[in-house]
Amino acid sequence: MRSEAPVVLSLKGVEAGYGRIRALHGIDLEVRAGEIVTLLGANGAGKTTTLKTISGLVRATAGSVTFEGQELVGRKASDIARLGVVHVPEGRHVLRGLSVRENLELGGFTVADPKLRRERLEHAFSLFPILRERQHQDGSLLSGGEQQMLAIGRALMHGPKVLLLDEPSMGLAPKLVLETFRIIRDLNQTGVTILLVEQNARLALKLADYGYVLETGAVRMAGDAETLGASTSIVEAYLGA
Amino acid sequence: MTLTTILLQQLVNGLVLGSFYALVALGYTMVFGVVKLLNFAHGDLYMVGAFIGLLALSLVAGAVGTSWVGVGLAILLSMLAVGFFGVFIERIAYAPMLKAPRLSILITALAVSLVLQNGVLSLTGGQVMPFSPKLGFAGINLGDIFINYKQIALAGAAAVLMLALELFVSRTQYGRAMRAVSVDKDMSELMGIDVNRIIAVTFFVGTALAAAAGTMAGAYYGSIWYFMGFLIGLKAFTAAVIGGIGSIPGAMLGGLVLGLLESFGTQIPGIGSAWKDVFSFSVLILVLVFKPTGLLGKSEQERM
Repeated sequence: MRSEAPVVLSLKGVEAGYGRIRALHGIDLEVRAGEIVTLLGANGAGKTTTLKTISGLVRATAGSVTFEGQELVGRKASDIARLGVVHVPEGRHVLRGLSVRENLELGGFTVADPKLRRERLEHAFSLFPILRERQHQDGSLLSGGEQQMLAIGRALMHGPKVLLLDEPSMGLAPKLVLETFRIIRDLNQTGVTILLVEQNARLALKLADYGYVLETGAVRMAGDAETLGASTSIVEAYLGA
Repeated sequence: MTLTTILLQQLVNGLVLGSFYALVALGYTMVFGVVKLLNFAHGDLYMVGAFIGLLALSLVAGAVGTSWVGVGLAILLSMLAVGFFGVFIERIAYAPMLKAPRLSILITALAVSLVLQNGVLSLTGGQVMPFSPKLGFAGINLGDIFINYKQIALAGAAAVLMLALELFVSRTQYGRAMRAVSVDKDMSELMGIDVNRIIAVTFFVGTALAAAAGTMAGAYYGSIWYFMGFLIGLKAFTAAVIGGIGSIPGAMLGGLVLGLLESFGTQIPGIGSAWKDVFSFSVLILVLVFKPTGLLGKSEQERM
């Protein structure tokens, strides 16, 4: 059964695209407080575009995106981040030329109180001790797994209410994938709501409370993660085994 | 004079010249970093800075005179006024072109350059105007070489400005945000950084440094005119390329290297001071051919 918690993030009839190419054809979805919701689907189904539309990198051409009752469509990405909707994009985008510590501190750009920023930095270092060790290195010189930790740690510096994670396991060794998923679950248990895009559907469904399956820019199916995971036809048809 | 004396004297001259180049090159490279624009109007903002500096000097002259304090105040006032002017230009001329093809914004920059030059030309009638602060010609003798107090003060002021910039860029959140915007605009937005505001801050800082250099050059050489920004714009561009365009330490280094190359270059038998500019631009071509990323520039490769 889906949780009865209030809806924090809601998309209704969202359409969006790049130039003349329309990537989303009316997406409806809801994320409730404290949930982990996963977006599944083949390459090109519109998962990444959905996240970009929520965070404001792509402008919705129709429909509405609301966060805690406020309309997000038309706001600048930096304002949406300020509201607490924090997007960790595909490929991690660690800032080259900035040290690990500087990457983290910039994650707290919207945090005006330096004391709070220091506390959060300490928290990120305690979650990911390797980042403390490498804090003075150029962020782009970290390994893939370390960069993923940095990307998540940086997002936590905001104090996110909703975390949009795009392919956090991409390019990681299997052991690190499990580690990353464990971190996501721990974060969720501290109260962060998570919308997760993931290629590894089986793993994502094990972690998530609820799932949406996208196909060619529309929601094809939705349901409890357990139900979706149990349905072999779904797994075969949409999740590429 | 012995050869050593000549070389030492040229070292001093080169460092002073180089610090002007470096100040102007910094604005070039910072603007290139955040909006990937070669701001050909940058040299003209240096020129505008010199005129505003002269205006400011005449305004404060009654209160503090036109000596060291007056010139210092004129530099600060010119930095402030021209800094805002740079932001204004960015808003009306460049911001609407940021999404357009690169060539459009480059042509816009050339247009801004012409507007500034011709604007000052018509306001001043094209006259060379005396910029005569009472800084005197006193100095100190170190062995056989003579260093003017003006040279010490201006090179010192340039060093202080560069140090302040370095601290701003490495220690403050806005400075870090500026570096973030220059490598990844989308990610910067996702971190809550208002990219347009950072671009405005960058234009302010870059233009203010050019204005400081313009006022300092006025005080150093003693006269200013509407065309004074043209050549230094090209020289600053050269300095930025030598150091690695987009790199802030690179612009500082490139400016000093170019200043030193020029003042030593004129001492090579057969290359008189008339060939100074040919010498500089040959260096630019050599750098572009053999090390296009410059001394401190990084290639654009990214690790996955």
